[in-house]
Amino acid sequence: MELSFTARNVLMGATMLGALGGMLGSFALLRRQSLLGDALAHAALPGVCIGYLITGSKTPLPLFLGALAAGLLGSLLILGVVRWSRIKEDSAIGIILSVFFGAGIVLLTYIQKLPDGNQSGLDKYLFGQAATLVEEDLKVMAVLGGIVLTALLLFYKELKLLSFDRAFGASLGLPMRRLEVLLTLLLVVVVVVGLQTVGVVLIVAALITPAAAARQWTDRLGSMILLAAGIGALAGVAGSLASALVPRLPTGPVIVVVSSGVLIVSLLFAPRRGLLWALLRERQVADRIRRENLLKDVWLLGERQGDWEGFLSWPLLMGVRGQTARELSKSARPLAAASLVERSGDALRLTATGRREAESVVRKHRLWEVYLTRRLELASDHVHRDAEAMEHALTEDAVLRLEEMLGHPEVDPHGRPIPRRPAAPAKPERSVAA
Amino acid sequence: MSPALVIILVGSCVGASCALVGSFLVLRKMSLLGDAISHAVLPGIVIAFLVTGSRASVPMLLGAGSLGLLTVLLVELFNRSRRLREDASIGVVFPALFSIGVILISRYASQVDLDLDCVLFGEIAYAPLDTLTLAGRAIGPKALWVNGSILVAVLLFVLLLYKELKISTFDAGLAATLGFSPVVLHYLLMSAVSLTVVGAFESVGAILVVAMLVVPPAAAYLLTERLGPMLALAAALGVASAAGGYGLARWWDCSIAGAMALAAGILFLAAFLFSPTHGLLARLLIHHRLGGRLAGELLLLHLRKGGEGLPVTVLERRFGWEPRRLQRVLSKLLREGWVERAGEGLRLTASGSQVLEDSGRMELAHQL
Amino acid sequence: MSLPEIVGARFPLDSSPEPARALPAIEVHDLTVAYRTQPVLWDVDLQLPEGRLIAIVGPNGAGKSSLLKAMLGLVPAVTGWVQIFGEPYARRRSWVGYVPQRESVDWDFPTSALDVVTMGLYGRIGWFRRPSRHHRETALACLDKVGMKDLAHRQISQLSGGQQQRVFLARALAQDARLYLMDEPFAGVDATTERAILTLLKELRNNGRTVVAVHHDLQTVAEYFDHVVLLNMRLVASGPVATTFTAENLQRTYGGRLTVLTQATEALLQKRAVADATAAEGEPWS
Repeated sequence: MELSFTARNVLMGATMLGALGGMLGSFALLRRQSLLGDALAHAALPGVCIGYLITGSKTPLPLFLGALAAGLLGSLLILGVVRWSRIKEDSAIGIILSVFFGAGIVLLTYIQKLPDGNQSGLDKYLFGQAATLVEEDLKVMAVLGGIVLTALLLFYKELKLLSFDRAFGASLGLPMRRLEVLLTLLLVVVVVVGLQTVGVVLIVAALITPAAAARQWTDRLGSMILLAAGIGALAGVAGSLASALVPRLPTGPVIVVVSSGVLIVSLLFAPRRGLLWALLRERQVADRIRRENLLKDVWLLGERQGDWEGFLSWPLLMGVRGQTARELSKSARPLAAASLVERSGDALRLTATGRREAESVVRKHRLWEVYLTRRLELASDHVHRDAEAMEHALTEDAVLRLEEMLGHPEVDPHGRPIPRRPAAPAKPERSVAA
Repeated sequence: MSPALVIILVGSCVGASCALVGSFLVLRKMSLLGDAISHAVLPGIVIAFLVTGSRASVPMLLGAGSLGLLTVLLVELFNRSRRLREDASIGVVFPALFSIGVILISRYASQVDLDLDCVLFGEIAYAPLDTLTLAGRAIGPKALWVNGSILVAVLLFVLLLYKELKISTFDAGLAATLGFSPVVLHYLLMSAVSLTVVGAFESVGAILVVAMLVVPPAAAYLLTERLGPMLALAAALGVASAAGGYGLARWWDCSIAGAMALAAGILFLAAFLFSPTHGLLARLLIHHRLGGRLAGELLLLHLRKGGEGLPVTVLERRFGWEPRRLQRVLSKLLREGWVERAGEGLRLTASGSQVLEDSGRMELAHQL
Repeated sequence: MSLPEIVGARFPLDSSPEPARALPAIEVHDLTVAYRTQPVLWDVDLQLPEGRLIAIVGPNGAGKSSLLKAMLGLVPAVTGWVQIFGEPYARRRSWVGYVPQRESVDWDFPTSALDVVTMGLYGRIGWFRRPSRHHRETALACLDKVGMKDLAHRQISQLSGGQQQRVFLARALAQDARLYLMDEPFAGVDATTERAILTLLKELRNNGRTVVAVHHDLQTVAEYFDHVVLLNMRLVASGPVATTFTAENLQRTYGGRLTVLTQATEALLQKRAVADATAAEGEPWS
């Protein structure tokens, strides 16, 4: 695939921005300062205009510096407003964002009226016109990016501490305020670098979306930062390629759409944190609880009757569980499929395996009741509810330790026998020691 | 009607409606949600345009209004999942929606009337020219009709639901127990915001709506303690920003919308500095005065505890104050006649002792 | 691992419970702290001896946390100063370990328990350097000391409240300080963790360290601590528990009648002699 010169520039610029944005965005996300980047981007506009007005040139460096200065000023003002008035942080951000931006628009229209002004090309900073990236822009971006990367590497552990527990860092004697200024400065640099590629409005997505996506996949900060950089770069590549190949498709928005897509996929499918897995796990647990409850009910009926060999009739079970025939049938089906119960016409009984599993549940229930009455000295009529929940939650390990702790009790607080565990199982026993 | 008057009126309607709904956003710490809505409605407008093929107002209002609600819903969804915090939820939702809007425009609407610049910045200068015709008769500028109606709607909304909005803003839990569903009120408020934002589009454009939503109410917040006066002040400041902004724009020959945002900022700055209750100057003065009183009481207390007769340098060291500060406090105490010189050091006078007793600092501060 | 094996390289450890030292661990003079001209601590004078377990108690808003923060230089003082082992805090920073309240931190941060403990060593690792293997081993040993070795690589949001508190403690241990300042170390932890924390604190004390803790539970002050500071914006009383933690002082601190409390306190003071004789035995973290 032959890419034009412009397209190659766009590709490089977008990838650099994606990587840098992901890295800095990770810190902004964790410090709950996601929208600060938005404010800084809007605040940078008047700086760009002033830089142009002062130097009269379109070369990137003075514009970058102007944007930087304005961004820093904006962040200081936000802090100042919050500290010295009752205005809350979100409003302060909104104020600085909109007023600075308004000032920027005023300056922009003023510049456009100057002779030569229409050539200023300053409005590319608003929406990002990545196609206007030239080699010089890329060079500045690369240098600034290098500086940001170096700073992150050098101060990594201190910045991590700043983001996690600032007061502790201060108590260690580390200069937390200066580190915070450093981090804000790095953020401003990345924002300014990205202005030309994605524009003012979208820069916050270049920062936050890859970082939010990365967070779903890992529990370690280092991995999160690297992954965010990767996702950002990937979105940059996809965005620039798409806009090069498809006509009338602007780069910035596509980058944002791609990384948003990655975010949604991450939220749903990431292992452990993914929402779909969480739903599945919940469903599994709910199913298991339903299964165990039915087994237990059947067993309890058997206990009342004194034997478990006989089949229990449908109407009896329905009455005990308060279910209709349909509901009972539905509950019993998975049990039958797992050979835990046998059906014979309109009657049901436990298989040997089913009986063992039911006894395990009952054992947990009654042991827990003993624990609550003996150790926590609760009244015996108060313990049933809790045991109904704990019978599904206790692990085999916990049961072993409970039995030891309570001295292998034979009956529960209501005098009912606690089912013994099966003697000498065929498989070698797991070691009891935890 | 002169063009200038039309522009000012339209701007004032926008400023007032935004200020009214924006006040609640500021109080609920949801200013940035307003920012998000103002950006995210773009695809709604584009879709309305693409579907109806025209820039008629009603479909645009509907399209944008629904996008506004969608934004709020999505932010809530992300936040509720507990995988993202609220600020991050806002930060990922609105750029995604905005991007979709920009892509739609670039691909399907770039040749036509709906150009990006206009949507984002509005062009209030055209307001006097774009007249509405009803049954063949020109009845005035369209922007004025639209925004005027929105203002009336917002006023009705705020007046009818005043106490519900008030309770749910300050104590959502209480509101729920009283039977006013905070959730319903929340979405009603967000609908009002969406409506206002969309109406303001044509005048000041998406990006500067935020200024009108947040800045005048924030200024009003610094000027008063009660909700009613705050709403009225915010609306007044919104109108002032619009009028003042237009004046600035005429003077400097620049963007009217930008000038309005700037004017709002200047008014906020004035409130921030000079508000008699919450302004920076007032705070410094109070701090200074109270701080001085505190320092004086501490010095008196110290003298009572056994510091009498000690040379001043010892006092300096004990307190850890700079010599100049100590001198300042001392001279004040001397002036008031609460201490007097005794040998190398100082001594409490009778009135000084009395002041110390009266201050109540001798006893425990907390009485349970 | 015993405490001296993990830490103790820096300070001579004294295993006798009555160290004869002249220098108080903390000296506070004329300390007044105010937030925006509203005083929270007023003219506090205090001397805290070394090698003790010291509790700071008082009603809400009495300035307990502020006292701790003022000692750490985290809040500015209107008047007065604090000295740690005879020097200003800035010069004794590495001798002091801080355990903040659990709520002060976002536990969803992507970091493991081991990582958090390693942060306690950052002061010693210095700028620009990575934590070495030795540092990691020290951190692991500290986690082991609080019974969290198996959970070292667990992300912190997956830990229970008691486990999180133990991580904070391990971090403080890693600092190898001579004086530990703790803000409500027993708040919101289960009974087992509470006993285990107490055992660790007592071991620290028996090794000559000083622990100053803001404590919220009056019922346990007499049983857990040697020394108590009663604070209600002003210093009400400070001294050994037996003589200072009296009904009269409590009433002056909290105001009103505290009959149930005073009865419990007196009962505990009697029990304390017995409890003291029982040293920590075996593995407390089962």
